[in-house]
Amino acid sequence: MAIPQNWRLQNQRYRLTGEVCNTCGAKLFPPRDVCPECAKPAYEPFQFAGKGEVYSFTVLSEALAGYEAYEPYPVALVKLQEGPLVTAQLTDVDPQDVHIGMPVEMVTRKLTEEGEDGLIVYGYKFRPVLKPAVNG
Amino acid sequence: MRDVSIIGIGQTEVGEHWGKSLRHLAGDAVLAAMRDAGVERADALYVGNMLSGELNGQEHLGALIADFVGLRGIEAVKVEAACGSGAAAVRMGYLAVASGLLDVVIVVGVEKMTDQKGPVTTASLAMAADAEYEVVNGVSFVSLNALLMQRYMHEYGVRHEDFAGFPINAHKNAATNPYAMFRKPISLETFKRARMVAAPINLMDSSPVADGAAAVVLAPSDVARKFQPLSVRIIGSANATDALAVHDRRDPLFLSAAALSAQKAYRQAGIGPNDVDFFELHDAFSITAALSLEAAGFAERGRGVYLAKDGEITLGGRIPICTFGGLKARGHPVGATGVYQVVEAVLQLRHQAGPNQVKNARIGMTQNIGGSGATVITHILAAEG
Ligand SMILES: [Zn+2]
Repeated sequence: MAIPQNWRLQNQRYRLTGEVCNTCGAKLFPPRDVCPECAKPAYEPFQFAGKGEVYSFTVLSEALAGYEAYEPYPVALVKLQEGPLVTAQLTDVDPQDVHIGMPVEMVTRKLTEEGEDGLIVYGYKFRPVLKPAVNG
Repeated sequence: MRDVSIIGIGQTEVGEHWGKSLRHLAGDAVLAAMRDAGVERADALYVGNMLSGELNGQEHLGALIADFVGLRGIEAVKVEAACGSGAAAVRMGYLAVASGLLDVVIVVGVEKMTDQKGPVTTASLAMAADAEYEVVNGVSFVSLNALLMQRYMHEYGVRHEDFAGFPINAHKNAATNPYAMFRKPISLETFKRARMVAAPINLMDSSPVADGAAAVVLAPSDVARKFQPLSVRIIGSANATDALAVHDRRDPLFLSAAALSAQKAYRQAGIGPNDVDFFELHDAFSITAALSLEAAGFAERGRGVYLAKDGEITLGGRIPICTFGGLKARGHPVGATGVYQVVEAVLQLRHQAGPNQVKNARIGMTQNIGGSGATVITHILAAEG
């Protein structure tokens, strides 16, 4: 993707900013301006918490060009707590340990390098939720 | 609205055509279809193609191919809907003839995929998916389908080897199709031992990259017999869409565009799934075959995979699929595939399918899927007389 195309998406890539429908309350990610549930306008920004669980996953044994460094890497459909599914890589996890239902949280990581200039594209990945430290 | 019939068909062998360019492949199929129909002129040419710009550095295929086959001057345009481009072009031809504005329309699907190295082709195929929200995360087209297969296995308690019947059936039927890419049966062992591509999808779950072209000639049904004694009537034609990205679908395991397009085509034809004698479905991956059978009404949700296990999809079964090898074994030259399906259905309905003939075939259905399920085109065809 071209530099402006990546730059425009910074609020989605770094902060998981979506939209909420003022008519039916549906939370939307990615933002899309028309609610797919009720077809009414949905321009109100909404901040997702970045927490969810693995709805499905795969492990790519054959990387897409530009992603060879991560091969083999797990990719998941993550079901966010607020409702939507998000497609993302999983990180900080052994592919063998990934399972459906696994709690995950968003982190910002390098996705790939693009073009002859080696533009680094950052964005969201998801990692297993760390177990909370026991108090006292 | 007029009834529309298919009066001519043509196809090239599917495979790696090192000696032929895109225009030659398309030309071979168009000229064969024109000979079969006995026509020398046409009012329009619609070209189904997905990747000529990316893989061959060539767009503007309408004019290119029209001129190449001696039809300089006619209306000609390319139609694109990812892997559904071929049937989307057939649908445009159908609309043009049905409307009464055009009489003889040629539709060709063509794809020339083997000129580029594998990773380039893989990256190009991913353009069928959402560039900004799927592909940028390192997601290939195979892996999107793997996400569906994994969830399907989880939700319905299905094992990977339960899908083996799909590629085994496809390869068996391709073995006797002279136009198929893989004319060799495979065993359950071959399926289980195949190299993993994106777990749980292995190489034997996946249709191959290939070159190929297929063409049909359409005309109003009331004059079709003048050209072709064995014409086949299009009794249902529909195109429906869903969200482009898998994550934007209401229920990823239900191909709602496939269901919508099948329902619209059934309604137009005045039939239901029980009246269909064979189904050329879009087995880009074995999971796609299972989901298509469910969406088109041949199986309950979660049960599509068992039609393959119980042999109901074979040539003599309840609902034969992929009767010439399907995408898996005939091969999947993406933008051409939808037209291959229609050509194969015509062969069945003309009773010219040789060893692949479905006995007493009277009504056939074809379904071509663009992307992971976002554009789905269904056609229902009937033998004349
Ligand atoms: Zn709404």
